[in-house]
Amino acid sequence: MTEANIAKTNSGTLVKDESVQYVNELTTLNLGPTHPATHGIFQNVLTMDGEKIIAGEQTVGYIHRAFEKIAERRPFYQITTLTDRMNYCSSPINNMGWHMTVEKLLGVEVPKRAQYIRVIMMELARIADHIVCNGILGVDTGAFTGFLYIYEYREKIYEIYEEMCGARLTTNMGRVGGMERDLSKEAIRKINEFLKTFPPILKEFERLFNRNRIFMDRTIGVGGISAERAMSYGFTGPNLRAAGVDYDVRVMNPYSSYEDFKFDIPVGQHGDTYDRFMVRNEEIWQSLSIIEQAMKNLPEGPHFADAPEYYLPPKQEVYRSMEALIYHFKIVMGEIDAPVGEVYHAVEGGNGELGFYLISDGGRTPYRLHFRRPCFIYYQAYPEMCVGSTISDAIVTMSSLNVIAGELDA
Amino acid sequence: MLSNQSVAEEIVKKFGDDVYDFEEPFGLLTLTTTREQIIPMLEYLKNHSDFKIGFLTDITGVHFPDTTPATEYCVVYHLHSFIHNFRIRIKVFLAEADLHIPTVSEVYASANWMERETFDFFGIIFDGHPNLTRILNMEEMDYHPMRREYPLEDPTRQDKIDALFGR
Repeated sequence: MTEANIAKTNSGTLVKDESVQYVNELTTLNLGPTHPATHGIFQNVLTMDGEKIIAGEQTVGYIHRAFEKIAERRPFYQITTLTDRMNYCSSPINNMGWHMTVEKLLGVEVPKRAQYIRVIMMELARIADHIVCNGILGVDTGAFTGFLYIYEYREKIYEIYEEMCGARLTTNMGRVGGMERDLSKEAIRKINEFLKTFPPILKEFERLFNRNRIFMDRTIGVGGISAERAMSYGFTGPNLRAAGVDYDVRVMNPYSSYEDFKFDIPVGQHGDTYDRFMVRNEEIWQSLSIIEQAMKNLPEGPHFADAPEYYLPPKQEVYRSMEALIYHFKIVMGEIDAPVGEVYHAVEGGNGELGFYLISDGGRTPYRLHFRRPCFIYYQAYPEMCVGSTISDAIVTMSSLNVIAGELDA
Repeated sequence: MLSNQSVAEEIVKKFGDDVYDFEEPFGLLTLTTTREQIIPMLEYLKNHSDFKIGFLTDITGVHFPDTTPATEYCVVYHLHSFIHNFRIRIKVFLAEADLHIPTVSEVYASANWMERETFDFFGIIFDGHPNLTRILNMEEMDYHPMRREYPLEDPTRQDKIDALFGR
């Protein structure tokens, strides 16, 4: 509006003025850093033409905690606690990915039973991760009910974590060389109960969403990406599979005995929000099937490797035997030197390929440790995915990408 | 299925003296090249009719201070072929006096942020990058924190002597 027009309006004479030119003005909108729909602290500066997004730029790093730098000063056990805090929706996967990287460097062979327990825990973590993503996607489209149904089962998974390691969110689960403790009776009971009670709820959740007209209208064709672009942008995990590429680290580079289990890789077609939702949902079913198989075929034997220099001895032995006490002290104080080597190990995290690039110079700490964080790599595609759509679509797209701020910023 | 041997031989045939230091740590083919060859190398691997190594897994930097000859910084590329399930690691060593390397964000869109992160933490300048600014640290920072000379803890602290803890 021109000055003359404002004056006119203030004086109360609201006559239509033909001389006023309404220009298409662009608005800059800050989505975040703290916004309920971003589910974490990162900012999107969107350039809007009316309600249409025409450009976007992200600002990340609000919760950067310098994990890679800290890791250069910490012995291997103390780094596990750093990995917890990356993708905090599925910390056991991060923990075990790290332990497996160290085992690869040290050449420690983990017994079958420990590998199966790891698989069970990692799949539970994957379910928890996908529950969070899909539940919240429902909330962001205005459907709260599904979220309330399904979130109870995230709590049940956390109770299983508590049985296995005593913690819930930042689990620090397992040890280099196996698990800290075997599956207890209570843990087995809880896992079996989960396997029995969760599928009907998941069915109900799917019935609420899968063919829900409103949900489909809000998600189909929203935030789509082609397979080529997704690969160029470094997508991995469910987001890449939704675009139609059947890449899954568990199948391509099996670790922790994943080759023993039969499961499918769900893929989508269009790479849009609906496909991502459906792929995650189907992955929950596949994870349930993997857990079932692992529980059925759980091998007997020890739950940790015979590697006393690296595996923290059980506490009751530390109090009784001198040898265990010495190893306990040496491991906790980080007096054990790792061999020289250069390792890249990847696991299928909740969001995709979670890689650990570790260079050891033979000291007590890594010389260099780099985390390949799937979120960080695929989040850069976000502006391309939401340009041309509206704000409400952008929110749904972000929600279905499952960007976890902790993993984004390391 | 590609073998490390066959891929290495093909690469040597194509690039000759510009590739060297072949290694296989834990079965992963690792080689070193020069910064002039990095873009041709990635394009060659991507478009090769057999290899089809078309996925950039990761870019990161490593700092090795006090090396002779002066190659203090290393940029590490991890690539992956989904078709053959083949991984390869390519390293480029740079001298501290001349920390320039061409950007590969033209070849892989994902390189954009990975290179920004490497610049942010190591100060390696990726020539031709569309937006080479800090990404995780704040703009006002005047150092590159992952370089070895920057200590993790405040070096002026008197109450904590690292030597006592074997560090």
